[in-house]
Amino acid sequence: MAIIIKSGRVIDPASGLDEVMDVHITGEIVSRIAPGIQVEPGCELIDAEGCVVLPGLVDMHVHFREPGSEDKETIIGGSIVAAKGGFTSVCTMPNTTPVIDNQALVRFIRLEAEKGPINVFPIANITKGALGEEITEMGELVKGGAVGFSDDGRPVLSSILMRRALEYARMFDVPIISHAEDTLLSDDGIINEGVTSTLLGLKGIPREAEEVMIARDVLLARLTKGRLHIAHVSSAGSIEIIRWAKSRGARVTCETAPHYFSLTDSAVEEQLSMAKMNPPLRTEEDRVAMIEGLRSGAIDVIATDHAPHLMNEKMQELEYAPFGIIGLETAVPLIITVLVKGSGFSLADAFRPMTVNPSRILGIPRGELKIGAAADITIVDPEKKVLIDDSFLISRCKNTPFLGAELFGSVEYTICSGRVVYAKER
Amino acid sequence: MNGLKRKDLLDMQSLSTEEISLICQSARYFKDLFTRSVKTVPILRGKTVCTLFYEPSTRTRISFELAAKRLSADLINVAVATSSVVKGESLIDTVHTMEAMKADYIVMRHAASLAPHFLSKNIEASVINAGDGFHAHPTQALLDTYSILEKKGSLEGLRIGIVGDIKHSRVARSDIEAFKRLGARVVLCGPPTLVPDEFRIYDVDISYDLDEILPELDVVNMLRIQRERQKGSLFPSLREYHRQYALTEDRLGRCKSDIIVMHPGPINRGIEIDHRVADSPNSIINEQVTNGVAVRMSIFYLLAGGTPLEEIDKV
Repeated sequence: MAIIIKSGRVIDPASGLDEVMDVHITGEIVSRIAPGIQVEPGCELIDAEGCVVLPGLVDMHVHFREPGSEDKETIIGGSIVAAKGGFTSVCTMPNTTPVIDNQALVRFIRLEAEKGPINVFPIANITKGALGEEITEMGELVKGGAVGFSDDGRPVLSSILMRRALEYARMFDVPIISHAEDTLLSDDGIINEGVTSTLLGLKGIPREAEEVMIARDVLLARLTKGRLHIAHVSSAGSIEIIRWAKSRGARVTCETAPHYFSLTDSAVEEQLSMAKMNPPLRTEEDRVAMIEGLRSGAIDVIATDHAPHLMNEKMQELEYAPFGIIGLETAVPLIITVLVKGSGFSLADAFRPMTVNPSRILGIPRGELKIGAAADITIVDPEKKVLIDDSFLISRCKNTPFLGAELFGSVEYTICSGRVVYAKER
Repeated sequence: MNGLKRKDLLDMQSLSTEEISLICQSARYFKDLFTRSVKTVPILRGKTVCTLFYEPSTRTRISFELAAKRLSADLINVAVATSSVVKGESLIDTVHTMEAMKADYIVMRHAASLAPHFLSKNIEASVINAGDGFHAHPTQALLDTYSILEKKGSLEGLRIGIVGDIKHSRVARSDIEAFKRLGARVVLCGPPTLVPDEFRIYDVDISYDLDEILPELDVVNMLRIQRERQKGSLFPSLREYHRQYALTEDRLGRCKSDIIVMHPGPINRGIEIDHRVADSPNSIINEQVTNGVAVRMSIFYLLAGGTPLEEIDKV
């Protein structure tokens, strides 16, 4: 089966390619990228005129809730949502029930994902049972298919354990992904500590709860020469610390999420629990720092932290509602609207943090659009507007503060390993 | 102006200064009623008021209930501890049940900040906030404002101190908003752990030294100190707190002779306020309770679309 994508603006952030061209897919591989490719009989034709043809997007931070909370989302269901959002590869976080701390569970995720439309790369736990007491059998987990380690959802509070994890994981060359939060300092806070939390009488989570843990972790990365990736960075100070660590040669990378460069804590006033996530939305200064961090490369990755929760959980008092919002279907529109249209990013710069950068951190052969590479391709119309409403979102959980927003950037096609896994009705 | 142009009373920010004045003005007429042998008027006849208290409360709940009864409303008091809430019913379902029974007003006290705001977005009935978390207690602020107006005639230029656990106080937040709006100069006083700098957003002064600010005050509002705050190391001991921030007889002696001493209650005698100070002629603590009923009657009346009251006989 062959596919030809005609007349799209082909952008590969890894190589710098940015030209109107045709892309020829043969089987699971990109076989040609050139202008004016002849359409052979029997070949599927996709007209991409006016659209951007990108490497399939990579989201290195999603929660698909399986095993354990299949009422919220499943591996297959989440993969279908991801495909609709333009993603061809995702990494599932291991805070499921049970947590992903043995090889059989890693294999379960991969087996389940094979039935779905896209590539799923499991992240396994740093510590057994996510209890923060002993490191997992990392060698076995890597053999089973884990591409990184994290206790996401909670920090590794013990500094000595974090040191050992960073040291031990070096032999597999996979990242330790830190959920950086000093939970004693965040102290059951609800939203960012600041003017908004003061006015609304809500317990605050200071930025320092994130920053002190990042400071500890980057120092440990220097000490151990281990590979550290900081998940969901939300504060300006965190970027300063990471920038410092990088300048000193520490092997540190980090990610932020679209909501941190799109919203501030004042969104809580109207959105209530729909704008509740951990780390929390911060201030305008932090929001701008996320954009500038992406521009300068201090922030390597954009990941969604897609976190489905049932409406009945979110439809309660703000304090009692769980942390987290969905993000797979709003990521591309927010990147186009906020970064490209709002902040003057080139398309290559806007999507580098969601293609080649995460792929290299994870060591997965994805995220590049070149001859001979896996035919993972996302086609986006950057000028077309989408209205984020109930009918737009196919995710079974619709917990997002962007409901009602009209944004630029429509995912038109998603192709994974040469197969069209999503096509928008046109 | 005709009544309050709103469905709900959620916080002080959402009330205009005119509405604050209107509520206080009408409250005076309702307070006059209390001197009569028949204290009820038929203003809310046929209307149903539900009080839904997720936190323990004596004075606020009784005050609302008395206000509703004196306006001839039908009153349902939902005792949360013996309701389906203990079976795990969600807030929204509990209130939908009340709505299905055609409740017109839901008066709610809740430990979670913004719970009434969440509710008001999702139901038709009128929501009156009787205190939510650390966030707001608008009817307390209105009765405090009314009480000061009654004694001083105006808040314009008055120096008002609010002393104690500002950080965890919904009363403080709503009082600050109300007092500032009517032209008072507000100073907050307590240890830095209980008086965060973020409060400067309200354009107030902050002091950590009660003795320094007391002589300049026209009004002092002493907040209740929660004993459990000590466990979070917000202050080291009640003894030290008392030494630094309690309104003692000795300290009262150094105040202006006509200072008004207020307290939203319930008071911890001997902790934030000394026995004799609470019962001194400067104290209007009991008067606040009386005024609370009148102010809440005024709120019900105006939310129901009532016009400003000139003479009570025309009601």
